Amino acid sequence: MSGSNELSRRDFIKVTTGIVGGLIGVAIGLPTISYLIDPALQEGGKDVWVSIGKFEDMQVGIPYPFSFTRVQVNGWERTSNSFGGYALRKSDDPKDLLILNSRCTHLACTVNWSEEAQGYLCPCHDAKFSIEGEVLDGPPPRPLDVYTDFRLTEDGLIEIFSKAG
Amino acid sequence: MWKKVYEWLDERLGLNDMYTNLLDRPEPTGNWWNTLGSASLFLFVMQGLTGIFLTVYYTPSPDHAYDSVQYIMEGVAFGWLIRGIHHWGATLMVIVVFIHMLRVFFTASFKYPRELTWLIGIGLLLMTLGMGFTGYLLPWNQRAFWATTVGTQIAGSVPFVGEFILKALRGGPDLSALTLQRFFSAHIWMLPAMLAGLIGVHLFLIIKHGESHFPTKED
Repeated sequence: MSGSNELSRRDFIKVTTGIVGGLIGVAIGLPTISYLIDPALQEGGKDVWVSIGKFEDMQVGIPYPFSFTRVQVNGWERTSNSFGGYALRKSDDPKDLLILNSRCTHLACTVNWSEEAQGYLCPCHDAKFSIEGEVLDGPPPRPLDVYTDFRLTEDGLIEIFSKAG
Repeated sequence: MWKKVYEWLDERLGLNDMYTNLLDRPEPTGNWWNTLGSASLFLFVMQGLTGIFLTVYYTPSPDHAYDSVQYIMEGVAFGWLIRGIHHWGATLMVIVVFIHMLRVFFTASFKYPRELTWLIGIGLLLMTLGMGFTGYLLPWNQRAFWATTVGTQIAGSVPFVGEFILKALRGGPDLSALTLQRFFSAHIWMLPAMLAGLIGVHLFLIIKHGESHFPTKED
């Protein structure tokens, strides 16, 4: 019926089915992989500059408390995360600021400035940090985190760079 | 090398026999209407796969169902494609299964010895409709909510046991979180499990009896 070089009707159908099936598989399979791993490829929130207060309101040598919230979107859910800290102005130079994150480096409780103790006290495990954020007492493994990226705007506001997450 | 692996497997699994009996089995003269069963099977597999992928993001709770579907459509890469296939595949499957049934009916293929295949096929049609009915509620939008309100109300109009049927379907007197949850359960576990099982028997019977000839004028 057919020579050795000719494709039989049967084989033609087999090959065609294979090719068409393969094409459908690829056309749907690749998007599906993308669909499944999509959340892993999404970037979190955006990194933004957050205003923490007016430079002129900060008094030299007295920690200035601030707080802000960032909204994190996970899928169809929005989660608010609160952040806070203290800005310590050291001189008239707006670059001469030490901005500490009030998240305790031990187990992430929020530390508070205490005028009497002249230090940041953590309510959870009695940790104590100096005005510069160094560990004076208690279990924290390292000093308080520092916001190193900050700037003074034209309106006299101090802004810090808040990374997502 | 691969030939040896294949031969080893074939000796133990009987791959060649399987191929000959399942895919290379003799068929009556080709007729496109006879492909609708395979088309139904293809759609079932397609619905199964896309359905499984949809559960990666879908959440069957009144608080999240609608938002999660919106997220699939707009937030996830190719979510529109996966849900689109599932959505249109559902409609197509009902149509194809129904035409498949009509073909079997008009070619009298349900006669001896294929009565059981036919009866099981009726079960498969009803379950396909059940899949459509339960799946329709899951997006939890206005249309889904009211369609299910009406649908369960109709089921509730059965004399004597109507009220019981209505409550059993809804999981209570009203459409609620319980309704959504049990429809979801029926849609992804109970009905697909039964469908898959019965499809297995359906296919076994088809392989066993072979396909019927297309009736000629003398028939």
